[in-house]
Amino acid sequence: MGDGYYSWMIVATALVLMMTTPALAFFYGGMTRTKSTLNMMMMSFSAMGAVGIVFVLWGWSIGWGADGIGNGNGKLISSPANTFGLLHVSSSNYIFVLFQMTFAVITVALISGSIADRVKMSSWIVFSVLWVTLVYVVIAHNVWGGGWFYSHFPNLDYAGGTVVHINAGVAGGILALVIGRRAGWPRNPGKPHNVTLTMLGAGLLWFGWYGFNVGSIVFTPNDKWDAIGGCDGDTTCQLMTQFTHETGVTFMNTTLATMAAMLAWLLVERVLRGKATSLGAASGVVAGLVAITPSCGSVNTLGAICVGAIAGAVCAVAIGLKYKLGLDDSLDVVGVHLTGGIIGALLIGFFGTVKSPQGIDDLFPSGDGGLFYGGNANLLWHQFLGVAFTVVWCGVVTLIIAYLIKVTIGWRVTSDAEVEGIDVNEHGESAYDWGTSAPTGAVASHVGAGASV
Amino acid sequence: MKLITAVVKPFKLDDVKEALETYGVHGLTVSEVNGYGRQKGHTEVYRGAEYTVDFVPKVRIEIVVDDADASGVVGVIVKAANTGQIGDGKVWVTPVEDIVRVRTGERGPDAL
Repeated sequence: MGDGYYSWMIVATALVLMMTTPALAFFYGGMTRTKSTLNMMMMSFSAMGAVGIVFVLWGWSIGWGADGIGNGNGKLISSPANTFGLLHVSSSNYIFVLFQMTFAVITVALISGSIADRVKMSSWIVFSVLWVTLVYVVIAHNVWGGGWFYSHFPNLDYAGGTVVHINAGVAGGILALVIGRRAGWPRNPGKPHNVTLTMLGAGLLWFGWYGFNVGSIVFTPNDKWDAIGGCDGDTTCQLMTQFTHETGVTFMNTTLATMAAMLAWLLVERVLRGKATSLGAASGVVAGLVAITPSCGSVNTLGAICVGAIAGAVCAVAIGLKYKLGLDDSLDVVGVHLTGGIIGALLIGFFGTVKSPQGIDDLFPSGDGGLFYGGNANLLWHQFLGVAFTVVWCGVVTLIIAYLIKVTIGWRVTSDAEVEGIDVNEHGESAYDWGTSAPTGAVASHVGAGASV
Repeated sequence: MKLITAVVKPFKLDDVKEALETYGVHGLTVSEVNGYGRQKGHTEVYRGAEYTVDFVPKVRIEIVVDDADASGVVGVIVKAANTGQIGDGKVWVTPVEDIVRVRTGERGPDAL
């Protein structure tokens, strides 16, 4: 395509890599207790290692299976043998393999948020390898790699609302269900030990997300881009026109949705619980980023603000549901990633406009816009199908993997080890070397979603 | 000899220290503690979950003095640490059997 685009992809890949280490490690690590901070960070770090290597061995092959961005084989998966170890993949395409790899890595790392304090490192790594192989790359193939599902039920997902966030959210919820609650939860829910780390992580995630969203551009030179750029049939001109326009839109939408979501979350907190918190601001930022991930290429500026505001507000309420369900989704992977991902994917059915870059790219299934932009319910239906496929495949396969691990090597550390602290028991380390140990005296007296009102 | 123990509000530490220096006390030990009496703790909220923090941070000051000086030092501390609000703290006096200066080995009142 051009050295400008290629250079951008190098940067985008590094940005997304940073989103796992250290951004997510900080974001999650700050929310755990001091005695389990290192283990939470280790789940992100180890995912980086295990998933990355598996990805080049057979992950790329199953998901994309060819020397390019997708081979459109229309099948459920591509063979793991096609490009095992990147055989037959030209090194000029490595950067695209790596870009996709960083997505696989962070999706797995996201799941770790639901299982704080209680899971053996060995089980986590085994799970990572099985899950990325049987769930992640299969869904990626069917949403992005031209697989069976997309060829029959196309839907819009710019940078991975389904593949990354709904996927991770469902898996996190399933694991929390199968593995069970932390000792003493919910009476003792474990106060975040360092919200400053979480805010730092959220800021870095926002920064890295530009690589995630804006880097997900796929080039489709056509008559519409030709007309917009006055290109007179010149393909290079069409590509440049698409590059500048589309990256501008996705960057803008990513920025505005996140800002709106943060403010919406703060407002909901202030109204429902009396105080706007910094953890709420950090969480609102992430909720907005999650929701705009599938939608950044198919909505306009006002649409992005609406998507963000709705996601921020709804997720702020959704995180309270786990207490009502008795589900110890420790760091709200379901409440933020599943909920935000579904909201973002479905809102395309309302706010999607054919004047957006993906509309100009001719990617809207059946060419209809969303309900608020001159379309009909057709687009919403397609979006719903995409969500449903992901939820069902991920749910079922993750459940099987989770039970397999439960009945063979087991998931949890012993309850003594959990109470004493997983860092010192699994890793032989303490995150903090206190000179003296001072009691904080923090005990949960009441836990509930806005029930204090 | 007497051990004077005072638990006071942390931001009052400087006032107490200066008042003691002026009075003539030149050595003390300070530790950070948590506690509560009639002053309640506070509530924190994280993603909708409320946490009641019962303990309130305080500062504990310990001084060993001659019997004759005890009530005077107590008076200085109480005056300097007072704000009139709940949670000002308490000062108490306990007897000390023996005390030794580590550097020289002096014992008793010579070690004060």
